[in-house]
Formats: sequence, C-alpha cells, structure tokens
Amino acid sequence: MSGQWRMAGDLIMDVSIDETSPRQGMRAEWSRIAAIVWKDLTMERRAKANFNSVAFLAALILLMFAFAIGPDAETLRTAAGGVIWLTVLFSGVLSFNRAYEQELEGGSLDMLVLYPGDRRAIYVGKLIANLTFLLLVEVILLVVAGVLYDLPLLGIALPLSLVVFLGTVGFVALGTFYAAMASRLRAREVLLPLLLFPMLIPLLIASVEATNDLLSGSAMGNVGGWMRLLLVFDVIFVAASVMAFEYVIED
Amino acid sequence: MTSGLDLRGIAHRFGRRWVLRGIDARIEPGQVIALTGRNGSGKTTLLRICGTLLRPSRGTGTVFGIDLVKEPGSVRELVGMLAHDAGLYGNLTARENLEFSLRMAGRTPDATAIAGALERVGLKREASDRVSGFSAGMRRRLALARLLLRPPALLLLDEPYASFDVDGIDLVNGFTAGIARAGGIVLVATHDLPRVRPVMDRELRIEGGRFVQAGLEASEPDRFVGAVEEDAGR
Repeated sequence: MSGQWRMAGDLIMDVSIDETSPRQGMRAEWSRIAAIVWKDLTMERRAKANFNSVAFLAALILLMFAFAIGPDAETLRTAAGGVIWLTVLFSGVLSFNRAYEQELEGGSLDMLVLYPGDRRAIYVGKLIANLTFLLLVEVILLVVAGVLYDLPLLGIALPLSLVVFLGTVGFVALGTFYAAMASRLRAREVLLPLLLFPMLIPLLIASVEATNDLLSGSAMGNVGGWMRLLLVFDVIFVAASVMAFEYVIED
Repeated sequence: MTSGLDLRGIAHRFGRRWVLRGIDARIEPGQVIALTGRNGSGKTTLLRICGTLLRPSRGTGTVFGIDLVKEPGSVRELVGMLAHDAGLYGNLTARENLEFSLRMAGRTPDATAIAGALERVGLKREASDRVSGFSAGMRRRLALARLLLRPPALLLLDEPYASFDVDGIDLVNGFTAGIARAGGIVLVATHDLPRVRPVMDRELRIEGGRFVQAGLEASEPDRFVGAVEEDAGR
C-alpha cells in the first residue's frame, strides 16, 4: 500500500508501507550478530577512550599489586596467577558497563530491542564484541605482567593462551549478561560487580589454578583438568545467559 | 491488513503506581491518533506497550491481528518509533547508522535507498559525517530517515516535533499522513496539539490512566489536499 501527502500542491511525502518479511532463520540472526559486533568494535576503534583507559587501569593494578607483594621474585611469581585474573576481572567490569552505556546514552537500547528478530542476537553480538575487546586488553596485560613479575611467558605461550581464552569466555558470558540486567538500573556501576563477582568464584578458582600450574611448570595433566572444568563452565554460562537474555533486556 | 490496533484493558504499573488503569481502544487502519494528557499521564508508556518495549501488567491487544503479548516478535516487524531520544550512535556516520538499522531489521542495506532517504531529510551532504557532530534537529531528521527506509504499518511518535524546524515539522506530518493514507496507523503522543492537528483524525486524552475523551475529530476533515494513491495489491 502506498499513500501521498500534498500540502499546498507540493508533494511532501510518498510512502509505501514496508510489508516485506525480514529475513528469517539462523543466517538472518548471524547477520544481526555480525552487525552488532561490527558496530561495537567500530565505535570502540574510533573512540579509543575505553580501550586506552581499561588497558591503562590493568597495567596500573598489576603495578600496585607488585608494590604490595614486595620485591621478592619468587613471591611475585607465586602470586602472579591470582593477580592476573583479579586484574582481568576489574578491567572487564569497566568494559561491560561501557558496552551498555553507549546504548543508553542516545536511547539506542530501545531501538535495539525494537528491531524484529530474536533478541538473543543482541546478547551474542555483545558477547563476541566484549570478548574481542577483553582479549586485546589481556595481550597487553600479560606482557606487562611478564615484565613486572618476571614470568616465563614465551615457553608456555600456547597453553597459557588457551587457559586465558577459556577463562575469559566464561567471564565475558556472565559479564555481558549481568551488565544487560543492570543496564537500566541507576546504580549499575556498583551493582554489576556485586551481582557478577560471587557467580565467578568457581571460574576464578579454575582459571587461577590453571595459570599457576602453567607458571610453576606443573605437569600438563593438572592443567588439562582445570581446562576441562573451564570448558564446562563456559558451556553452562553461555547457554544459560543466551536462554535468559530475552527476559533481562526488557524494560 | 484487515484489523488495525485493538487494545483491551491495558493496564501498567511501575512499582506500586498504576500509570495505566484500563485502556480500551479500537483504531482502524488509516487513522492518525493524537495521544494527549499531562506529564506522567501514561502516553509514552502506552506507546511503549504498543511497540512491545513494555509488557503490560494487565490486558492485551492486537496490532493488525497479531497479539501484542503472545507474539511480540511478529508485532515488531510492523512497528516503527520516533522516540524522545533519536537512538543513534555518535561514533558512526549518518550512512553507517542507517546501514546498521537495515541490517538489524533483517534487510540488506541498499546504498541508493539510503542516499534517497538522506536526501529527503536534507542530510545528503552530511552522509559521511559522524553523528556526534550533529545538532539535535539533525539527529531527529536522521531518525526520521531511518523510518523512511522501512515505513512501518504502526508508527509511534513520541513528542515528534521537538527540535524540528518548520521544514522538519512538515516532513514529520508528511510522513505521518503518508503512512495513514497507505493504510497504516499513527499514534502521536504530544503536548503540541496544534502541530499535529492538520494530519490527525482523532484525539485520545489520557487522564487517571484511562481515556477520558475519545473520538474528537480533527478540525479540518478535508485536510488531505491532492492525490491519494492506494495500491491494495502490495
């Protein structure tokens, strides 16, 4: 159907209501997911402020812990696993809050949930964008930690990357979910860590133990056990968050 | 599209405060409805419920025969909204905002259509500029271009005249009337009744969470000057 509106003889608008059905199915949802990932990463690349501040904060936390622990090299190496993952947690919370803040700033969150299609695509898109962002921060974080804590990172680069990836996936899955839940609340900056950190304790223990085992040169068998546990956490956290997202994103 | 917008006993509360207490309305296709009422009377809440942004605490309704509560995903395919905030991304360009919007709506971005929409709202030269440098009025124009790319069957306008100059107001009214003449429905929540009067069919006033004044006709019933096309085959 179409209609025209004329005022004083001049055609102002010629409208045809869009009655075509949007693309459906998994391909359409992946297209939406890709759009969100592209949008979030493009905005981040252009703004840079978030990445720079989070990376700087991560380096600063590592430095402060190094001062607090003291100059003994052996003590620093022993504490390194825990320090690295606590730094990841604090840095991650900042970036999760920011991911939804940019949606709230111009009223974009309403527009985002008003689009047709499965709202879970929003979650998956944000999850991938947050994961990419945090993994990039972690590259810097690990290099700084390697220097400050005198860690033999090159020798364990591959298994350590896998541990970091598995730990980060679970962390980002829950962080993205709880950030959406807190996004419409006034005290979201405070609420997010309060909601998120208790849920992360099992994941934190597994990540720290796996990292410490790698740093201390422990047998790969021990690390493999922790990695399998991390994989289980990842699957549970991602699946539960995807299923529940529709309910938390509503106003 | 046979039936239009049918609301039955819509009620909504925020905490203990009931904002809407039982809204009943039947709006036929092709109508422009002005929603009026005091601040906090529930105009925006009603728009958000019609757009499935809010689930009503009680009651239900249909949009062109589709249940608001049971099939919100299908309703969203028919809905377009111009809200208080433009809902744009400052670090993307005007063109990128429109491309993103089309992708999220399940459409393939069409460069010609996007250029046409930007030209229509007077932002052709700013197509490659980031939205962060736009004035409030330019943002509203870009939000209107987003609607032009995917004209909805149910158009929800929340204080649509804010930040617009005279040309912008004509654009909004032109689009509103075009949607109505094409068989869609337009709900306009506004305090600025004189602005919408040239294109509206009825005013519905909300007081105490209910419609208190229904069926007030527009002052100029023959306001549509010129040709009207209807192509029912589409």
